[in-house]
Amino acid sequence: MKVDLKKVEDAAKELYIRALKILPPDVKQGFARLDAAESNPLAKKVLGTMIRNISVAEETDNLTCQDTGVPIYNVTIGRKVEVDGCDLEAAITRGCARATNEHPLRSSVVHPITRVNDHTSCGIRIPAIHVGFSDQPEELTIQMIPKGSGSENNSWLRMAIPAEGVDAIKAFVIDCVLDAGGKTCPPTIVGVGVGGSADLCMYLSKVAATRALGTRCADSEGAKLEQELTRAVNDLGVGPQGLGGDSTAFAVHVELAATHITMNPVAVNMQCHAARRASATFTPKGVTYGF
Amino acid sequence: MAHHDINMPVTAEQVREWRIGDTVTLNGTLYGIRDGTHIHMFDRGRKTRFDMSGHAVIHTAPNVRKVEKSKAHPTGYAPLCIGTTTSARMERFSRPLMEQYGVRVIIGKGGLAEGSLSAFKDLGGAYLAIVGGAAALETTWVEAIEDVDLDDLNPESLWKFRVKGFGPLLVSMDSRGGSIYTQVNKAAREKRAAALASLGVKNS
Repeated sequence: MKVDLKKVEDAAKELYIRALKILPPDVKQGFARLDAAESNPLAKKVLGTMIRNISVAEETDNLTCQDTGVPIYNVTIGRKVEVDGCDLEAAITRGCARATNEHPLRSSVVHPITRVNDHTSCGIRIPAIHVGFSDQPEELTIQMIPKGSGSENNSWLRMAIPAEGVDAIKAFVIDCVLDAGGKTCPPTIVGVGVGGSADLCMYLSKVAATRALGTRCADSEGAKLEQELTRAVNDLGVGPQGLGGDSTAFAVHVELAATHITMNPVAVNMQCHAARRASATFTPKGVTYGF
Repeated sequence: MAHHDINMPVTAEQVREWRIGDTVTLNGTLYGIRDGTHIHMFDRGRKTRFDMSGHAVIHTAPNVRKVEKSKAHPTGYAPLCIGTTTSARMERFSRPLMEQYGVRVIIGKGGLAEGSLSAFKDLGGAYLAIVGGAAALETTWVEAIEDVDLDDLNPESLWKFRVKGFGPLLVSMDSRGGSIYTQVNKAAREKRAAALASLGVKNS
């Protein structure tokens, strides 16, 4: 399958706008689940406002949250897909800038030292574009994630040591949730990276934070940790917006990588309740949109 | 738990009546301010022509559309999506905003810290929590962008909004040293040991 780059550019634009406006169904279900179980009246009110906001955004064709975030595009290239990688990246970047100028969207992206905003949502190495591969023969998938800064500013890495064991991982997650308080716009998806190298561990925490609710870590030990930690962080009582309550996190997600005999790295990256994502799948039949 | 329906501006006496757990709905003028705005106003010596005395600021940088200047859009900006950012980053600016500009009320999400709480106590101020991430709803409470200053910092300009029925917002930090965030944080930290024990953590 040969990829039409003009269509990629259009999709990159469309995905940014769609992600900002329509929350994925698993996140909506997550809200319903938390709301049904919440025992704190103030927390229930806060959740009610969040749920109402999702409908208002759809009814008024508006963004759910004003933070247009750091734009991230995850590209998955199937086995028989023919595409020039450099051109693909350029097409995605053009689409990202077009969404910003044509919708228009607030450009939240600045040069990290001069703080100059080009008003394109683009800059050095932004949008972040991650490329992976799949064995689907004729399929190219682009997933877009506008990652909000309130939650992104609460990111942590700890290079624990083997002698600290899995206890260090568990305690670190609890302490990160306590430190974050209401700053991350809870209820959150707490993404935990375990193992790998420092950079891989941090990256995995982002993969975990942006995974659909209801999905499990592929490794059984990781999945067990997800279950234990989801219960434990919700026992802390931080609650929606840090104002108290049972609903601190939709879930804790864990992603693993093998690590070095001397290392025990753990990273935490959080996704706010505006857990936005949108995806486009290109096949020989055309483009379909999803989450 | 009283509800206060307020036309801006407010006096110190009015704000000192508010207690944590009360709710407030704002009408009239509301100023939008952000990291960059504060940095330029307090670290780089820039001044605004706005009179913010007795007014409220909200931690925001809106999505706007450039339009022809008109009576409805005197700045040439139409509001598209206005929501609230995390306040904690702007903690050190609460006192100077109140002392130098007479700001009385700060609206944000996630709360502020002890420095702001003592400024609220000393000067008569309060922090109102809005639900972060609920920007589509918040936008329906904004009637117009009436004016804008320091617009070279766009989107982190100093925005003057006209709002109607902006709320209800929760008084989460008051002028008597009350802070829901401090209470919740303390209670959560007290549960740390039990949470770790439930995870079978022996050394931490």
